[in-house]
Amino acid sequence: MKVSYFPGCTLNTTGKGFDNAVRASATAVGLDLVELPDWNCCGATYPLIIDNMLELAAPAHVLVAAQAEAQTLTTACTTCYNVLKRTNKFMREHEEERDRINDFIEAEYHGEVEVKDILHLLRDDVGFDAITDKVQKPLKDLRVASYYGCMVLRPPKEVAYDDPDHPMSLDDLMAALGATPVDFAYKNECCGAYLAVKDTNITREMVYAILRSAQKTGAEALVTNCPLCQFNLDKQQAEMRKRHAGFQPIPIFYFSQLMGLALGLETSDYGWERHYIDARPLVQKYLAAES
Amino acid sequence: MRVRLSAESVHNELVHRVEEYSGQDLMACYQCGKCAAGCPVAFAMDMLPSQVIRYAQLGLVEKLLDSKTIWLCAACQACYTRCPKGIDLSRIMEALREIVMLEKGSHINYDALASEEEADWPQQAFIGGFRKYTV
Repeated sequence: MKVSYFPGCTLNTTGKGFDNAVRASATAVGLDLVELPDWNCCGATYPLIIDNMLELAAPAHVLVAAQAEAQTLTTACTTCYNVLKRTNKFMREHEEERDRINDFIEAEYHGEVEVKDILHLLRDDVGFDAITDKVQKPLKDLRVASYYGCMVLRPPKEVAYDDPDHPMSLDDLMAALGATPVDFAYKNECCGAYLAVKDTNITREMVYAILRSAQKTGAEALVTNCPLCQFNLDKQQAEMRKRHAGFQPIPIFYFSQLMGLALGLETSDYGWERHYIDARPLVQKYLAAES
Repeated sequence: MRVRLSAESVHNELVHRVEEYSGQDLMACYQCGKCAAGCPVAFAMDMLPSQVIRYAQLGLVEKLLDSKTIWLCAACQACYTRCPKGIDLSRIMEALREIVMLEKGSHINYDALASEEEADWPQQAFIGGFRKYTV
């Protein structure tokens, strides 16, 4: 299945390992991801002032570019997904504003492209059963907490392909890879996102609540599909150890890293060295148990 | 706090701007408090999300413009998802930030972001933050 692929700014730089793992594992399960030529930044937030058309121009431009490539546009960055999905819906439903945006970016776009998050594609177009069939090294006994963040869930009427209060797609993917997903209350609680540029003291406490909730279930690691969540959950732990006695660090995986591992792919370029809490000892433990 | 209400004070220009920018009907809120109960940043706020709407309903938008709360909303949309009246509170927060920034300029300390510590942060954190805290 040929799909346009939008990496976005973060997966092109600090999240390169996430990107490499997404491309490799998607290919391994039969998705043909073709990177969108000459893509531009989506803007990283959906504008909330109702007549802010200017901030819709950049994501609309991405959608126009995608229209020339394939019916479906996918991205592994949940923020890009949220912005592109909502912009696409806006272009479909608001005729007058759509004309203004089209005039500005010199296009004729009416929302023809289908925007789908990569996890949604893996669940519905590839199928988790088909992924299980390709697993070489099941993540046996790995107790992992799936963390979804906000962007693929809210607002549900515009972006959700899963239950916004009890999402399961990431848990189900983990199960398909042979891991043991654990349920935890904070799987859809905001990590603070870009609030970190304002005050890391606040985002650290938000992250602490999430990590503690996961650890109470006996999780050995968290797994996420959001590059900004991964960063916040991972980075804040060093300071957390100083502020919360007894806090034990916990590795934060991108889902594609675990997917590549389970599929038996070459994982050396998955960005392991960029993790703040080293995830490699846990990976080694599972690979050793496997062999 | 004792407040004297009148038709003029409740329907003032700032209230109209909040409604215009956000596209939300402030009077739709009946103060059930679900937004405040589920807000992940409420612990750090000086006014709860439900109070933000209540103050706006009473025409007291100026109080909101001085609050920390409007800068702490991360637009996670948990409140909007759960609101029984379908109010998108994150749009009201953005309207309030916009009113402040149109008058006083950007609300961000660039110097605090210029250390080596931030060099390995994901771009989207900066782009998102700058979109929210600058004009």
